[in-house]
Amino acid sequence: MSGETVRITLDAIDTKAETKAVSKAGGNIGAVVTFSGICRADEKGEKISALHLEHYPGMAEKEIESHVEKAKQRWPLLAASVVHRVGRIEPGEIIVFVATASAHREAAFQAAEFIMDYLKTSAPFWKRTEGGGREAWVDASEKDEDALERWK
Amino acid sequence: MKIVYFAWLRERLDKAEEDVELPSSVETIGDVMQWLKTRGEEYELAFDNPKVIRAAIDKTHVRPEAKIAGASEIAFFPPMTGG
Repeated sequence: MSGETVRITLDAIDTKAETKAVSKAGGNIGAVVTFSGICRADEKGEKISALHLEHYPGMAEKEIESHVEKAKQRWPLLAASVVHRVGRIEPGEIIVFVATASAHREAAFQAAEFIMDYLKTSAPFWKRTEGGGREAWVDASEKDEDALERWK
Repeated sequence: MKIVYFAWLRERLDKAEEDVELPSSVETIGDVMQWLKTRGEEYELAFDNPKVIRAAIDKTHVRPEAKIAGASEIAFFPPMTGG
């Protein structure tokens, strides 16, 4: 695989530039799948003004990289990119961006889902809400744990 | 031993990291949690329910039964909620 990016950033994610970089990574790319995880305007029915994302520097990158590596072993990927934001993120802004490239769409679709499913449950990031009358840490979702079943 | 804390664990303990002298009887991650609980009310509260606490040794996920021998950094944090 020629292009592989894992990045954690405080800045807004430029999906156009990220997608272009993956699309032009080289090799016989015939499919690029992108996923953007976006900050919702409410959490459990309560309006929020922002999310604050905290991470474990070093481990967060390492965890994502290891799952990109596992995806590479499982599907014929030609490029992959994962960008995750930390700090204060407002509704409508992108929290995480994943792009995968392959010769054909099936591998790109599946690898993107695989990377996201593992990122959600094993990459050390934590969300706290701002607004909605109180600040609260977001609880982990069992649905995210269940999503891993299909890759086992 | 360097111990780091994240999210609500960091808030409840009011510290992001600390250096501690662990007694030699403390051999596993579970032992570390038990030992931390003896260090004061805030620790007792923070580690009250070990089921909702995850751990890492040198930035790799580990289970409570993992041995800490050779570790240079132990981390405790709640289940992850990124993405």
